[in-house]
Amino acid sequence: MPLITYRKALNDALAEEISRDENVVIIGEEVAQYNGAYKVTEGLWQRFGDKRVVDAPISEAGFIGMGIGASMLGIRPVMELMFWSFAYVAWDQIIDNAGQVRYMSGGLINCPIVIRGPANGGTSVGATHSHTPENFIANTPGLKVVCPATAYDAKGLMKSAIRDNDPVCVMENTLLYGESWEVPEEEYLIPLGVADIKRKGTDVSLIAHGRAVITALKAAEILAAEHDIHAEVLDLRSIRPLDEEAILNSVRKTHRAVLVDENKPFCGVSAQIAATIQEKAFDDLDAPVQRVCALDAPAIYSPALENLQLPTVSRIIEKVLQIR
Amino acid sequence: MPSVTDDEIAVDPADYARAEINASLKPKQKIGFFREMIRIRRFEQTSLKYYNQGMMGGFLHLYIGQEAVAVGTVSLLGKNDHVITAYRDHGHALAVGMGMNECMAELFGKATGCSRGKGGSMHFFAPDKNYWGGHGIVGGQTPLGLGLAYGLKYKGLKGCALCFMGDGAVNQGAYHESLNLAALWKLPVVYIIENNKYSMGTTLERSSAMRNCLAERADGYGIVWDIANGEDLYEVRAKTASAMRRAHDQSLPTVLEVDTYRYYGHSVADANTKKYRSPEEIERHKNHHDPIRLWKKRLIDECVFTEAEADAIDEAAKEEADTAAQFAIDSDTPAPETIFEDVYWEVDNKTDAGSTGKHFFGD
Repeated sequence: MPLITYRKALNDALAEEISRDENVVIIGEEVAQYNGAYKVTEGLWQRFGDKRVVDAPISEAGFIGMGIGASMLGIRPVMELMFWSFAYVAWDQIIDNAGQVRYMSGGLINCPIVIRGPANGGTSVGATHSHTPENFIANTPGLKVVCPATAYDAKGLMKSAIRDNDPVCVMENTLLYGESWEVPEEEYLIPLGVADIKRKGTDVSLIAHGRAVITALKAAEILAAEHDIHAEVLDLRSIRPLDEEAILNSVRKTHRAVLVDENKPFCGVSAQIAATIQEKAFDDLDAPVQRVCALDAPAIYSPALENLQLPTVSRIIEKVLQIR
Repeated sequence: MPSVTDDEIAVDPADYARAEINASLKPKQKIGFFREMIRIRRFEQTSLKYYNQGMMGGFLHLYIGQEAVAVGTVSLLGKNDHVITAYRDHGHALAVGMGMNECMAELFGKATGCSRGKGGSMHFFAPDKNYWGGHGIVGGQTPLGLGLAYGLKYKGLKGCALCFMGDGAVNQGAYHESLNLAALWKLPVVYIIENNKYSMGTTLERSSAMRNCLAERADGYGIVWDIANGEDLYEVRAKTASAMRRAHDQSLPTVLEVDTYRYYGHSVADANTKKYRSPEEIERHKNHHDPIRLWKKRLIDECVFTEAEADAIDEAAKEEADTAAQFAIDSDTPAPETIFEDVYWEVDNKTDAGSTGKHFFGD
């Protein structure tokens, strides 16, 4: 299988879906003539033209809301947020309009829209550009949210998101865009709501999503080599819908769980996972569920400290050793 | 220039009656407009009665006084023309052809309501009638209206989106973003500002900076704008038709500000409705500027119908509203299990995607 980058996998997914469905249109800041602020849409405008790949002015509430309105008429807009951090100026549109209009209309309307872009810290851009709002989205029934950790998952999930008839938020990661994974040449889809065991293990479950999966995998490597602890790494991939069975199955096997989460701890995704485990697998646990989250302060600029603020390999190892 | 004073909104009524779009109207159509307006008013008066008896929840934003705007504009819609509005949405809903029963039942929170009891007064929808709500957040619908226009243009359809809003919405950022995009991308949207002079309890003068009128702000975006007297159905139709032609033929937006007035408070729960304006002001509008009374007089003057015929139509509207109220009272409340319906399309339609992973949490 060819090795391709996370960025290229997303680009391929977009190109394939534009080709497949005439209603798919890419809209966002710098997505067309500039080739994408992070080059995710590189070449698409040249290939598909003005109608299918559209540069929007810096006007997130306006163009995201416009995409939602167009989706009510059956268009399938894929809206790029240069950063998910910018979603907050379009929050009413995303939460109230994309998220609630189906419910408030008693099921008469649906919004087949994708809102995508990077949602991560770790790049020294300060607190305003480092938000990870997957927990906020997941807190909104009516919306779906996925956080791919690899190129393979990014492509398969993006294609499913575009074909989904509900609004799906795809949260990518700028630190992963340049990383490469094996991705098959033939077409495939990854359904929303299916987690993936990235590394099998027997002693503890490291449950994560997004780039935290990569951090957890590094920790698992060291735990095996240096401590003879065989950690299972479960990648949630999709936050809502959530593969609850996969979480419970892993915990029932390992009897210990450390949740790794780039969200802040208070009401972060891992808080929901922890609640689920204690409700449904309490008797299977041999130790309290532990969490390794972003340190609970606004994202700090200082590169030296920011790396410590996000979940680190050493913090994961420390937590695992505490409950071994 | 437009003004909010009584004297200046008095236009020679004959002018707009002669407009092409109105000159061709048949008596039956003119009577139909009267019927639609009086139906809206009787529907709302009936809903107010039951609201005051505590039989409805939440807010009730009455459209009474503004009926000519919804009826006049909606009367022009063709197959590919769409409507979206804010929370004062009963008038537009009935004007596009939604039934009184389903609307009244929605107010009562019943399973037979147009949104199955999930939306309430502010959230009526009928996509089958090109009616996209019914939106509760001030100005929040303005990008959606833009999106309807974008969708029409994308599909190559000759149509437009009428996006209604109140005068209180014009200071929201989403509206200005929408105007910029509408002009930039030449989208066939008509923003109709129903200027009833008050954003809740704050007068126009205390909320909006302007040179002469709200619509004039469109100049800054290079968008054509106009003003209309909302008490004159002929004028509303003439001005809206012109804006719609611009959308249909040139794919260009318009901002149309319609001068109008609401007799009741921002919502029925607005306790200060007679404090931020004088009772005399309200009475003056009811007596001299009521769009239904003026239209009725016009049609009698034109010998389109008689006072007795008008009264019969009014009686029928009252009966229809009473019947709708009884329908709502007799309807069942929604079943508890429906709380989890209409959240996700994929779940409702029992697709593979809808049955993969956990979509709902808690017990």
